[in-house]
Amino acid sequence: MKTVIVCRCEDITEKEIVDAIHAGYTDFEELRKNLRIGMGPCQGRVCIPLVKKILQRETGRKVEENPTVRPPVVPIPLGMLTKGWENEE
Amino acid sequence: MHLRIREHPIIDFSGREKISFYFNGEKIVGYKGDSIASAIHASGVKRLSESLKGRHRGFFCGIGKCSSCLMTVNGIPNIRTCIAPLQEDINVETQSKSVPWPKVDYDAWEDGLNIEVDILVVGAGPAGLSASIEAAKQGATVLLVDENPRVGGQLIKQTHKFFGSKHEKAGIRGVDIAKDLEREARDHSNIKILLESTVFGVYEDPSYNGFTFGVMKRENYKSRLVKVHCKEVIISVGAMENMLLFPGNDLPGVYGAGGVQTLMNVYGVKPGNKVLMVGAGNVGLIVSYQLLQAGVDVDRVVEAAPIIGGYHVHAAKLRRFGVPIYTSHSIKEVYGNDCVEGAFVVELDENWQPIEGSEENVECDTVCLAVGLTPSTRLLEQLHVEMADIPEAGGRVAIHDEYMETSVRGVYVSGDSSGIEEASTAMIEGKISGISAALALGYNRDAEELRKEYIERLEKLRAGPFGEKPRIAKRKILEEWRRYHGRL
Repeated sequence: MKTVIVCRCEDITEKEIVDAIHAGYTDFEELRKNLRIGMGPCQGRVCIPLVKKILQRETGRKVEENPTVRPPVVPIPLGMLTKGWENEE
Repeated sequence: MHLRIREHPIIDFSGREKISFYFNGEKIVGYKGDSIASAIHASGVKRLSESLKGRHRGFFCGIGKCSSCLMTVNGIPNIRTCIAPLQEDINVETQSKSVPWPKVDYDAWEDGLNIEVDILVVGAGPAGLSASIEAAKQGATVLLVDENPRVGGQLIKQTHKFFGSKHEKAGIRGVDIAKDLEREARDHSNIKILLESTVFGVYEDPSYNGFTFGVMKRENYKSRLVKVHCKEVIISVGAMENMLLFPGNDLPGVYGAGGVQTLMNVYGVKPGNKVLMVGAGNVGLIVSYQLLQAGVDVDRVVEAAPIIGGYHVHAAKLRRFGVPIYTSHSIKEVYGNDCVEGAFVVELDENWQPIEGSEENVECDTVCLAVGLTPSTRLLEQLHVEMADIPEAGGRVAIHDEYMETSVRGVYVSGDSSGIEEASTAMIEGKISGISAALALGYNRDAEELRKEYIERLEKLRAGPFGEKPRIAKRKILEEWRRYHGRL
């Protein structure tokens, strides 16, 4: 089977996801925690619809949920948070 | 190899100021108005970054979402070069899989800033701009935030004239609508615009009775934290290009149709010299035609469905130029070493399964995917609004009432992030959301009458045969809304 990339940030392939589903990781959160899909810099913007499709195809279940979204939704440099404050005007 | 567009029938790219900068130590030249990624792509370099396992990554979405273009600029890693403006003498480096730990440079970040405002509008596309203008007209103070260095969202690359009604600027090109809306927004002193800024999260602040958002503002590749306090928020952040599953789908040269449009029509850069277009909906057909206008060869358009999804006029234009459209055909595989060198397409049977022996080799340097969009809903999900899966809307969307308010009071949606549609309806939805947000805060010059008129205009726009899909989507959203409220 030729390599088909699903998660571009973490280099997770379709085969890895299918194998994980058949090993019993049958929802988004389990797949994410097992494979790190959607945990790279794009935070799942590319791969979530694809994973949903694969999950539906492999389990026959209608997948309605999206994985939990936590702040920050984009990577931010930690140093930015360490600086002081000023008020506008 | 240079990929600058020499001549264009609609946009004049001549006379721009040259800007020189360093790419991996070598001096190259771009133009004022370029993004870092567009200037590098124009010089023929398609590999911008490397994934964690060392796979090549290039441009894909072109609007700061896919993260395939992260590079190191002036020593600062992970800069989204597709939305970072090019500046004189900067030092840009390809980021490899083993990014060294960045040196702690305390000057790379500016002091944080607090802003308090009536309404925060996230996304300055057709919906967000319209929302801001309407809310400001009623008297509310507005903060309009966008990730890109300029306002207009996807309008700034739409060189075709709009259909629809006169009210919604039919007959005017998207690029010109963007200019009109920007002028109008900037005329209102109660609209503050923050560009190159990303709203990255919703936070609880017990000291403030309202919403608290974290925003990252970038300037000269440095970032600054902005804390926004607001009474209400309008989410109009648009959508993300869909990807397909096939071997080679991550090779540089496989681009989203929106990304290709941005490269050509905003920056004057060709994606390549020969394109295979995947998808014959309106986006696939329009972008194919725009590729021809930019002087790029379009080998063919393949469409998995048995019929062409887009308007007949767009398909006819392509046929006149001799570009064949193959329905019931799909992409099977893309091949190439460093970037795309060709693709195999395959015919599909009535069950959408590949027909054995029907593979055909297409030599091309670019594969353009125009296979739909998915609404961006991450901030909405963080705000815990009620969502529903509605295929006609492009996926999971926030349910909302006819005033564009979600299940959380004070949170509104409009445009593609409330369900995939097009720019004319995004503008009206934006107006409705802006006026509703202002009205809820007590700003009411002529809000109620205007809102009634806008709702009627929106219905009229969707009345035609091409409005069928969004009509179904919006009906389902309203049904879900009623069901949710019946449950309460």
